[in-house]
Amino acid sequence: MIYREAGQFKTSYARDGGLYPIRQDRYGLIVLLLVAVFAVPMMSEYWLVTIFLPFLVMAVAALGLNILTGYAGQLSLGTGGFMACGAYAAYKLATAFPDLNIVLVFLGAGLVSALVGILFGIPSLRIKGFYLAVATLAAQFFILWLLNKVPWFVNYSPSGVISAPPRAIFGDIYVTGATATPEAKYLFALAVAALLALAAKNLTRCAIGRSWMAIRDMDIAAEIIGIKPMATKLGAFAISSFYCGIAGAMWAFIYTSSVEANAFEISRSFQVLFMVIIGGLGSILGSFLGAAFIVLLPILLKNAPEMVGLSIPVDVIAHIEFMIFGALIIFFLIVEPHGLARLWQIGKEKLRLWPFPY
Amino acid sequence: MSNQLRIALWALGAPVSVGLIGLLISAMPLIDSNFFFTWGYYLEVVTTGLLTGVLYSLVALGFVLIFKASGVFNFSQGAMVLFAALFFVGFMDKWGLHPALAFLLTAGVMILLAMLIERVVLRPLVNQPAIILFMATIGITYFLDGLGQTIWGSDVFTLDIGLPKDPMFLMEGTFEGGVMVNQFDIVAAVAAGAMVIVLAFLFQYTRIGRALRAVADDHQAALSVGIPLKTIWAIVWSVAGIVGLVAGVMWGSKLGVQFSLALVALKALPVLILGGFTSVPGAIVGGLIIGAGEKIAEIFFGGYIGGGIEDWFAYMLAMVFLLFRPQGLFGEKIIERV
Repeated sequence: MIYREAGQFKTSYARDGGLYPIRQDRYGLIVLLLVAVFAVPMMSEYWLVTIFLPFLVMAVAALGLNILTGYAGQLSLGTGGFMACGAYAAYKLATAFPDLNIVLVFLGAGLVSALVGILFGIPSLRIKGFYLAVATLAAQFFILWLLNKVPWFVNYSPSGVISAPPRAIFGDIYVTGATATPEAKYLFALAVAALLALAAKNLTRCAIGRSWMAIRDMDIAAEIIGIKPMATKLGAFAISSFYCGIAGAMWAFIYTSSVEANAFEISRSFQVLFMVIIGGLGSILGSFLGAAFIVLLPILLKNAPEMVGLSIPVDVIAHIEFMIFGALIIFFLIVEPHGLARLWQIGKEKLRLWPFPY
Repeated sequence: MSNQLRIALWALGAPVSVGLIGLLISAMPLIDSNFFFTWGYYLEVVTTGLLTGVLYSLVALGFVLIFKASGVFNFSQGAMVLFAALFFVGFMDKWGLHPALAFLLTAGVMILLAMLIERVVLRPLVNQPAIILFMATIGITYFLDGLGQTIWGSDVFTLDIGLPKDPMFLMEGTFEGGVMVNQFDIVAAVAAGAMVIVLAFLFQYTRIGRALRAVADDHQAALSVGIPLKTIWAIVWSVAGIVGLVAGVMWGSKLGVQFSLALVALKALPVLILGGFTSVPGAIVGGLIIGAGEKIAEIFFGGYIGGGIEDWFAYMLAMVFLLFRPQGLFGEKIIERV
């Protein structure tokens, strides 16, 4: 009754092709954004730093992987490598040009990752499916090895750890580095994530996104109707790596402030892949839902025994956490293989008829 | 090309290419006077590499079995190796059982596990896209890693089943100082070889093997002639579990039973793409090539670019290789229709 589009007439093509054709969706999103901008920063520092920052960073990474795997159908296990690439590129750019605006630094980091992404995307022209997934592991291991071995990437710091230099936007609001306030970091991350999500949503609606989906559904057929596989696949790799690179830069500059290459090892790639699968392949909303789920789950698992008053040794908890995590993944895949985004869709269908279903 | 001819080609080609690569490397001292090379040393490196490669193939074999029979890319093979090794060492150390008894008991555990996986994970996910099943096996990986360590603890266990560990020297007459080989590696290689022969026998000459091959060929056709798919899957996962157990015992005695065993299994992935996902001989040959290749690269060239290239060399080798042959060495030719 509340959620339906009856009576909402569209009088122009522009409105018909709008991002959110249903008014309730539009207002819902605005309310959500208002809450995210004004209410969330009022929360305690713990919430901002341990939940919202990693959520936003990982959501951007999940967006990147979703573009590649969900929309273009190229399975990749190299996300961590591309994130590391972005983090280190941002560090090199920020330290080499101290006056460069942080936004430009992030864009530059994204572009560097995009180039690396194209390089490692070349095998996708010949290789498909799981063969490609394993081939992308080469990116993962090679990039991390390179970053660990070549001291130039860490400006010859003996510990091999990079610490993000403090950088400000609008003159004096510091948004990166250890000294920035959590609120400023959060709002900056939110702005980046929101803009990237908007861009991704529109990308997938335009010709580029449609060619990705055509390639995903059947690449030979796509080629026959005139889509160039090389440009499309490499484009997907470039844009996906661009997103992952920015996510890596956000991780290093906004979330942790100091980072070593091992933060982006293979388990990070799997984490992002989980987000995309649990959230929903080929869905922008799914990337955010999946990121929220995977970021929140370990925190919940860690705190759950205390809440019910159990005391279990720490190492046992760590192992049981692993078990529950694995079991929940399987459970979710069995219950809803199309991810949380699909659940949301079903919910919307139900809401349209509510409270008078046939 | 007939099979015999192909085997003969491989048998001839392998030593020739090893020799050619050796010749290439033996020319290196001409460029860099500090480069150390003797043929005895080179052969030693190759042999060590090949013997490690056999252990890679052993892990890869488990993958291939499951991929062939059910089309599932089983990422949890590494976790199964660790899981089996933990149970084996747990039965031996904590319960004080005889190795043979411990082996049988662990095999029983792996069979039980296979049946559980088939019932709880695979059956509800039947007909889902391959990537969903792949994700599910990653879930299994997490679960097994957690379960094994919850039951047996996360200490590093040393596994000693009385295999000889002293180095021995071969061909001392031909080369100065001979070729040093670890006896343990040879035992491991023989065990792996025996495993492969048993599996080949099982696949070629038994009723179950014939059913397995039928399922691998075509699920629906196999179903329609009355082969019980569910039983076959449980059997395949059991066999993969037992292969994992053998791999776990071998790797465990080499490195100690610990969490990093699960990571060794990642090395089986480039072996797989090199050999092809669906080929048992491919897993073996791929393992040998990767094992020898990465040892040669690390020892003779690793020093020039900072060392530690074993981490990624296998993947790069496999990736470059795939550019020329996308289906792997022995994989079935990918034919695509619109």
